Amino acid sequence: MAKKGEWVTVKNVILPPGERAPQVPQDTAATPLVQWVKGYLQQDAALGAQAQVVTRTGRIVEGEVVEEAPGYHHSFGAFIPQLQQAQESAKKALWGDEA
Amino acid sequence: MKDMSYQAVMARRGEIMKSAVGMDYAALESGGIGFDYEGMMKAAQPRGARVHEILRGFSVGDTPLIEARNITALARRYARPGFGASILIKDEACNPSGSFKARRAALSVHMAKEMGYKGVVTATSGNYGAAVASCCAKAGLKCIVVQECYDSRGVGQPEIVEKARKCEALGAEVIQLTVGPELFYVFLRLLEETGYFNASLYTPYAVLGIETLGWELVLQCRDRYGKDPAMVVATNAGGGNLTGTARGMRLAGCRAPVTAASVALTGLHMASDQAFNRKSFTTGHTGFGVPFATWPDRSDVPRSAARPMRYLERYVTVTQGQVFYTTEMLAALEGMERGPAGNTSLAAAFSLAQELPRDALLVVQETEYTGAGKHQNAQLDFALQNGIEVRTGDPAGEVPGRSIVLPEHPGQLTVRDLDLDHLRRSLIAKAVSGAKNPISEADLAFLAEETRSDTDYVKQVIENQPEETR
Repeated sequence: MAKKGEWVTVKNVILPPGERAPQVPQDTAATPLVQWVKGYLQQDAALGAQAQVVTRTGRIVEGEVVEEAPGYHHSFGAFIPQLQQAQESAKKALWGDEA
Repeated sequence: MKDMSYQAVMARRGEIMKSAVGMDYAALESGGIGFDYEGMMKAAQPRGARVHEILRGFSVGDTPLIEARNITALARRYARPGFGASILIKDEACNPSGSFKARRAALSVHMAKEMGYKGVVTATSGNYGAAVASCCAKAGLKCIVVQECYDSRGVGQPEIVEKARKCEALGAEVIQLTVGPELFYVFLRLLEETGYFNASLYTPYAVLGIETLGWELVLQCRDRYGKDPAMVVATNAGGGNLTGTARGMRLAGCRAPVTAASVALTGLHMASDQAFNRKSFTTGHTGFGVPFATWPDRSDVPRSAARPMRYLERYVTVTQGQVFYTTEMLAALEGMERGPAGNTSLAAAFSLAQELPRDALLVVQETEYTGAGKHQNAQLDFALQNGIEVRTGDPAGEVPGRSIVLPEHPGQLTVRDLDLDHLRRSLIAKAVSGAKNPISEADLAFLAEETRSDTDYVKQVIENQPEETR
């Protein structure tokens, strides 16, 4: 249960499949257009429940609560040998084997 | 109560845009294909203060021009004797938000404030969002950024996830969407709901801001080397970067050719849910570059100020693997971590410099910040997770959406020329197909300007058109 005042993400379906714009390709048309917005919860709500939030610009948005205290989890990723090889080949091409 | 359906909101786009940009585009129209482009640019010029001074108020611009001495020396190894221009890099990552987009945002935000708007909305998945957020922070305006970020599985492109973080770090509200052009519908609804300014990438304010980049780089070359650049290379997507840079260079009296460079992403549909996370570049690629060059008014304003075909003299492509290689080369040889997407023009420059004499200057007109998610390491890890093959080999073997091939050595950093004549024909065909009235002499003259050609060429293309479409 997320408490009133907590920072959460709410999700909305803006356009269901079948109501997508005519120009979208088939694979996209078969999926809904979904929106995620973050804001301060206006009432206690469980994950999956509908609730209102106030966003950082003060807008009120209602949607399904999908995440509490949303953070950032993107990274620099795993080791990629081809990138290190790129550096080594560029250095060798300029400085020779001494590089 | 207003009808908020997709059809109803899209039908109101004209009036929504008019109140959200503070410009009456209808007044520029001729009733035909053409409109008063220079008149539009002139009308948007801020009164009293020079654009440069407004940008300085946001701590934007005046970025260093760096000599890539080691990369230049390396390019000369592959050039004929006497060839291999000095490669200079305009380090636009030094702008407060980490890219040249700061120039594009600053004047828009300044005008929004002047005109009394309380906030700014922008539709972008790129560095521009952070640029608008940064300028709004300084101007004390509210800021909303609308992004296309996730595929239908809810998997976010890590570069766009990072840009959302950066926008939020600079105080903006970020609205994230799944793939699809209906982002524009959400954007229009927001403009209507908030009454905020539309900081479109394609207004005259955006392009006037970038003119400072072209102007600055010419003055820096003259000041330090006593001569103009022989060529400037610009990464091309929506066309504003190239248009603004070329216009700024012309303002400084420099007629050097501007070459467009894009990452080749042929075969990947830009609005496809399945293709969305199979590309490792979210901008600077042909998926935007070619359609926007040949139909500039497909943008989010009625008439785009970004019209690259008026200025570019050559359009080359490089592969994803070549840009990643170049990004590593910049780190390994110049000690600079930047990009990767902003290094598209550098990847092309390595090869283009070899065509120019040794005493010539070639300017790569941007860099961008790097970080988690957008870094090439993050992008290649993400590509592998999406089933893309990553290997070292001949970059000519790269198939966008299937493989990324990093060159084995710098000699494999080459460019492919796009057929400019084909692009010109495509622009003319598109314009003519949308015409509501018979083509006038003024329209022919406009299309000649649009394609850097003459009215005879335009007439010939139009006359031959039915055969081409058949």
